Amino acid sequence: MIPAAFEYFTPSTVDEAVALLRDQPDAKVLAGGQSLMPVLRLRLAAPETIVDIGRIGELQGVRDDGDALVIGAMTPHSTVQADPLVGEHARLVSLATATIADPQVRHRGTFGGSLAHADPAGDLPAVAVALDASFVIAGPDGRRTVAAADFFEGVFSTALAEDELLVEVRVPKYTGWGAHYEKFNRVAQQWSIVAVAAAVRLDGDSIAEARVGLTNMGSTPIRASAVEAALVGRPATPEAVREAAALAADGTSPVSDLNGDADYRRHLASVLTRRAVLSAAGTG
Amino acid sequence: MTTTEARPTAEVGNPRRRKEDARLVTGRTRWTDNIVLPGMLHLAMVRSPFAHARITAIDTEAARAATGVIAVLTGADIADEQGALPNAWAIVPEQKAPVHPSMAVDHVAFAGEIVAMVVARNAAEANDAADLIDVDYEELPPVLDLRQAATDSSLAHPDLGTNVSAVWSFDSASAGTGGDVEAAITAARDGGILIEKEIRQQRLIPAFMEPRSIVVDPTPEQMTVWSSTQVPHFVKIFIALVLGIPESKIRVIAPDVGGGFGGKLQFTPEEVLTVIAARRTGKPCKYSESRSESLMAAHHGRDQWQKLTLAATNDGDVTGLKVELIADMGAYLGLVTSAIPLLGAFMYNGIYKFPSYHLKCTNVFTNKTWTDAYRGAGRPEATFAIERLMDELAAKVGADALAIRERNWIKHEEFPFATVAGLKYDSGNYEAATAKARELFRYDELRAEQLKRRESGDPVQLGIGVSTYTEMCGLAPSRWLGSMGYVGGGWEHASIRMLPTGKVEVITGTSPHGQGHETAWSQIVADRLGVGFDDIEVLHGDTQVAPRGLDTYGSRSLAVGGMAVLAAADRVIEKAKPIAAQLLEANVDDLEFSGGRYGVRGTESGMTMAELAFAVFQGHKLDGSAEGCLDADATLDPEDFSFPHGTHLCAVEVDTETGATSIRSYVSVDDVGVVVNPMIVEGQVHGGLAQGIAQALFEEAVHDESGTLVSGSFVEYLVPSSADLPSFTTARTETPSTTNQLGVKGVGEAGTIASTPAVVNAIVDAVRHLGVSDVPMPCTPYRVWKALQEGAQS
Amino acid sequence: MTRITVKVDGSSFTDEVEPRTLLVHYLREQLGKTGTVVGCDTSNCGSCTVHLDGRSVKSCSLFAVQADGHEVTTIEGLAANGQLHPMQQAFHENHALQCGYCTPGMIMQSLDLIADNPDPSEDDVRLGLEGNLCRCTGYQNIVKAVRAAAAAGGAQ
Repeated sequence: MIPAAFEYFTPSTVDEAVALLRDQPDAKVLAGGQSLMPVLRLRLAAPETIVDIGRIGELQGVRDDGDALVIGAMTPHSTVQADPLVGEHARLVSLATATIADPQVRHRGTFGGSLAHADPAGDLPAVAVALDASFVIAGPDGRRTVAAADFFEGVFSTALAEDELLVEVRVPKYTGWGAHYEKFNRVAQQWSIVAVAAAVRLDGDSIAEARVGLTNMGSTPIRASAVEAALVGRPATPEAVREAAALAADGTSPVSDLNGDADYRRHLASVLTRRAVLSAAGTG
Repeated sequence: MTTTEARPTAEVGNPRRRKEDARLVTGRTRWTDNIVLPGMLHLAMVRSPFAHARITAIDTEAARAATGVIAVLTGADIADEQGALPNAWAIVPEQKAPVHPSMAVDHVAFAGEIVAMVVARNAAEANDAADLIDVDYEELPPVLDLRQAATDSSLAHPDLGTNVSAVWSFDSASAGTGGDVEAAITAARDGGILIEKEIRQQRLIPAFMEPRSIVVDPTPEQMTVWSSTQVPHFVKIFIALVLGIPESKIRVIAPDVGGGFGGKLQFTPEEVLTVIAARRTGKPCKYSESRSESLMAAHHGRDQWQKLTLAATNDGDVTGLKVELIADMGAYLGLVTSAIPLLGAFMYNGIYKFPSYHLKCTNVFTNKTWTDAYRGAGRPEATFAIERLMDELAAKVGADALAIRERNWIKHEEFPFATVAGLKYDSGNYEAATAKARELFRYDELRAEQLKRRESGDPVQLGIGVSTYTEMCGLAPSRWLGSMGYVGGGWEHASIRMLPTGKVEVITGTSPHGQGHETAWSQIVADRLGVGFDDIEVLHGDTQVAPRGLDTYGSRSLAVGGMAVLAAADRVIEKAKPIAAQLLEANVDDLEFSGGRYGVRGTESGMTMAELAFAVFQGHKLDGSAEGCLDADATLDPEDFSFPHGTHLCAVEVDTETGATSIRSYVSVDDVGVVVNPMIVEGQVHGGLAQGIAQALFEEAVHDESGTLVSGSFVEYLVPSSADLPSFTTARTETPSTTNQLGVKGVGEAGTIASTPAVVNAIVDAVRHLGVSDVPMPCTPYRVWKALQEGAQS
Repeated sequence: MTRITVKVDGSSFTDEVEPRTLLVHYLREQLGKTGTVVGCDTSNCGSCTVHLDGRSVKSCSLFAVQADGHEVTTIEGLAANGQLHPMQQAFHENHALQCGYCTPGMIMQSLDLIADNPDPSEDDVRLGLEGNLCRCTGYQNIVKAVRAAAAAGGAQ
């Protein structure tokens, strides 16, 4: 199928892009396009205006900003995945990114695009929430920063207004933390049925700090705070982690579909949390 | 008779690299969608979003006025012209079927049925205009469940008065092929083993990689039709019959065709409509479906419900099998929709000697996409049923799964064997294939490991699945087809042209779309005529080049089409003999043909086929006593089916915490008779295994309660990728067929037929001790986990 | 209509395209590069894989206008002077194709894979091709071909 016709703009700055989003009717941002394109081709959406932000240089790249990494919204997954700064300070991001879709999609798909798309089964939102990332958003009135926990509002819905653009994401440094992204699906290309993002800092043999995020356990990514609290101060042993992981499904409201009902997803959340945490701690 | 030795001949048995590859690896391909003709118009279809509805109004005004639009046609516009799509197989004389229009006129019976089409200057404009067509529907209750359909509580086609298309039965007692199954069941109930089981064969989608595409060029002299089809010869005949165009004015070309798997064994609404559009506009027209259209509207496969009763003695000797099945036709009957369960009906006894057998099959209509052939067509369903039952029997008896099979199977010295289903198995050696598989698989070691894991309560359990199968290949003797109610024949045709420069053209009526006939037929002819492999060109898939043929499906091409090629080659040799005698001034009786050369016995004198071909071209020295032509035709009707067989062993690891299954090893030993090209055969097995495993683990066409296809894209319809499949260990034994000259059998469907039960048996075997005796297909992690939960409770 | 200039298989082309034209349709219909094919509408099958500035992409999931000023290599740009590229040769030698529809995309993705990893394990290849569906081969010979091409230094 061929998408319906649209007006096409290629702004070269963020300000231009924001102005277009404000002024053009029914405008949709085209980032990497890996989620948008199928929707357009199937004509499930037919926006009048497409604002292609692929030629805005300032949206690209990863930079070190002291206690945080800053990842440009248009940085392709393949770049993020291979970036040495990300590997050193936010390994969970590298690991989760490597599981997204397939290599071709990772060459085009972007860090910011995935987050702004806010698919409950997408891999990066849970990571952003677990790592307390913050989202820098540009709008007609300037820039604002939104915490990851406040960015995701529902299925495909975020704090971004229609005339706003996600510019970059600040990820605090987790240097020296262990990390693991445990993704569960039926075929490699499939979206997550459930996935768990975990990062832990060990102090000797015990867990000093933990961050756990859940993918597809509700309409937004979920921070498994009860698990995190239960892990702190405990040894990174299978028994201790199993106990903490049993709390993973607390407060979640997963969907039921062909891949599993809500009970099954809750069960998976706890199994996968245990595995993710143990792997992150290097004891899995 | 069983041997794995290399063939003594030069070409047959040689893993020749394929001739087809040169264009395919460089992108110099000839897909239908590549074709561009001057002035060509493009079609877009409007399809019903409802499974069952009456069309109350269609507003096409805006579409007609849209830019680039040449024509907009609705069912009402072409009602008198479109005729009805054919079903070629009435399995019983009283078979019922609704009229099957290419475009719905006032009633739609499945979501995806075409209700209007746009003909426009380009594809984008055609799509745009299609969006402007406004169709009013009055929704009707859809019939979606095949068992409910059989009760006629609600009708898929109210005008038909029933959902039941046909009921077909076979009983060994009345057929005289065996005893009375009811007596066997009674005896088993009184003092033996009785296993009752229901199996759902889920609906699958063939999902060939090349979406279907049609280009029609209408000239006053000829209607030329390019189509991505397995059956160009069928398409030609049916265009003539359905649209009233003289057959002599139709040329159908199947250029490069990107896979079929039965899914392109069809005469389609889209073909009819593209011809109509071309005829009406007088311009070349193209229709290329999108993947979502393909998944929704190209015919589906499988979709049966089976109720099985197996009777056996306490020692595990099977005494009878009773099968009741309901098969979902979907909304209409396609070419051979109604006969798919029949092709399985003769195979439920598998490789075994059952004393009694009864089958009753009920074909029903529902408001879903029509079903028809998909790789294996009836035989995977039958094989799955019996192989699952044999595992259940082994469990009941407390015997090894292989041992219980050996107890019941036909011994190699018992061939040919007349089965309880009324077929004659030509040859086989189940002992040899099984012994080889067992060794390659390291069966005993894996059983030991399995035991260890069970005892230690490992969260990851190991299961071993067995599948011993046979299937009927070489569709089919024409008289058998006729006796079963099929309107066509099962012969195949070939021609050989000996060109003056020593090159050879082989024209085949088969229509390959990945099977490598260009290579394999060259090997057969090279050996027979003693000409070089590279001097042979195989032509196919164009009714003007290969006017006689019945195309490619049902693992028939080699056993029927390849043997027709061989017969044509023999005729060339025969025709060359008197000519060689003249030219060599020798007595015909003194000539012998060997290594591509006619020689005069006891002398150095002789002529090669190339020399003979040139001499015939010149004609200078021919005295007229023999026809001055070496070219020959042959039509071959197989004397009977051939029955390949094999033993497949699969080891799976089941993660009992998540329900996830992963295949750890897979061994197949297949006996497909004599092999022309072992490389191609191995490739066919690999691909077949992938599709059979996909049925076991991944694929299912799912509809929601309103009849919409939920698995309508590759996001939901899970065709496995390389990352989702294991490496296979494949090997062969070789027991020549006795029903054809070369001893070949057929391999296109074997892997698919054998692998599904091997995988499911392995899963059940892994968790049987946890209270699980079945998992419905596809065995998703969720379903395995649920079965484990239920097993723990019971 | 938007004017774009794209270098495809070594030659430069300047064309007017509708912004909604997919790169794959531009290649097939405007440039006649029919070696690259379309197999789905959800970016799952990978049949349309080409290289954009040297990296593999699915040409059905970007617009031709997005390729403006960039360089595209298709399956038709691999063989030189009538000689198959080593990856094409490896697919032929190892019977890594049957119907051949997925083959151009498979070959283009395989090249990307071995550019990143010149000595891939079987698992590396299987994962690296997860975005390319084949319905005929069961993948076994594809994996074999890619490893054979890698071993023969096919990344060049």
